[in-house]
Amino acid sequence: MRAYSPKQDVQKKAYYNDRFHVVPQVPRANVETNEQFLADVNALKEKFNVLDAYLEKGHLVLYVEPKNNVKVVTFLKEKLSYDMMMELSAIDYIATRGGFEIFYEMLSLNKHKRIRVKCFVEEKEELQSVESVFKMANWSEREMYDMYGINIINHHNLKRILMPDDWYDYPLRKTYPLQGDEAAAWYEVDKIFGKEAREAIGPEIRDAAAIDRYDTTRFSRLGHEVPYGADITNGKEPEHTPLAYQEEGGVKLFGVRLIKELHEDKSVELKKRR
Amino acid sequence: MAQHKVNYLANGGAPIVLTSIDKFINFGRSNSLWPLTYGLACCAIEMMATGASRYDFDRFGTIFRASPRQADVIVIAGTLTKKHAEFMRRLYDQMPDPKWVISMGSCANTGGMFNTYATVQGADRIVPVDIYLPGCAPRPETLQYALMMLQKKIRREPASKAMKRKRLV
Repeated sequence: MRAYSPKQDVQKKAYYNDRFHVVPQVPRANVETNEQFLADVNALKEKFNVLDAYLEKGHLVLYVEPKNNVKVVTFLKEKLSYDMMMELSAIDYIATRGGFEIFYEMLSLNKHKRIRVKCFVEEKEELQSVESVFKMANWSEREMYDMYGINIINHHNLKRILMPDDWYDYPLRKTYPLQGDEAAAWYEVDKIFGKEAREAIGPEIRDAAAIDRYDTTRFSRLGHEVPYGADITNGKEPEHTPLAYQEEGGVKLFGVRLIKELHEDKSVELKKRR
Repeated sequence: MAQHKVNYLANGGAPIVLTSIDKFINFGRSNSLWPLTYGLACCAIEMMATGASRYDFDRFGTIFRASPRQADVIVIAGTLTKKHAEFMRRLYDQMPDPKWVISMGSCANTGGMFNTYATVQGADRIVPVDIYLPGCAPRPETLQYALMMLQKKIRREPASKAMKRKRLV
């Protein structure tokens, strides 16, 4: 077996830091600038605690408490006629704020308005499923669980949707390593052949530029074919290997040649259809 | 692609002079290569085009079969994800010997542009591949060429060799 190297912290280590990245800021407008949204926010404020409300690109953005999420979404659907849930997902803010921002994009076909309901949950905090209100939340919440590891409760079938059930860690978290994760790198080998086979199969080659033009066991070029495993390091590569679409000796049946033999130098390229 | 320490040549040895029986058996095998109807991603579209009338795989006696029990060849046409690798190997195991594998396109050959945690970096980590077909996606003509190369490979090797179980590990 391969020597063990400690990999406890490999999931913690961020592979990328954005030194020069400036987060784009979308200009925000006051809710008072839109009567429709102002009425909606006021209606909502009577029943729930609205932490923040503003307009972004003409759409209303609301911050609510995570414990109210199902009630707010139900109220918006039934009383304020935001009758479609377009999308819901999460944003990873673990590094800066220790949790996730959940957003629900909703659309009202009567009012021709879109709103975005947001709430912030801590990393381990439970979040109620809105599946009972909108059926589409079923898969979206499974994806949230699969990709971010958000604790959704009261979901009827909460299991991973894209990754295999026995996958370790949550791939869309910013801390997820793109390379160097041992469980991910050996996943298919361990599953199919068992850990003993790691030595025989070898580590996966993740260097995209790993091309060796002298390697004739794993690479070849059409039109410049050389025998398998031939040594071409000292420039003994043939300039051009003739194309060989046919069997050696031609295509014969009972000693009679069926198809003309291919001579590459005599073949012509047709410029137009016959 | 995986750097195997598995030596395929050790199993049946290098190509040797064919006997008439070998020639006859290989004639039958190579001219009725039935691939499995099995597509993974965009390469499968090209594979379907190759099977359809314009490019016409039937000319080579190659007719897609819907069951691995009836198939001789599996064309790994597309991105093989780690979640799916297990099932791909199971399909391969269900095929009767002798069987061959064509790895079609960059993704199946090396993982291609999907240099990620979730993609198998080369289908040859899972099954022993006979023909690697480069391209993204390869055109139907090149899949035909790959099939002709596979036919050639089958005709060259002794018929008994193909019956030996090819094991990756």
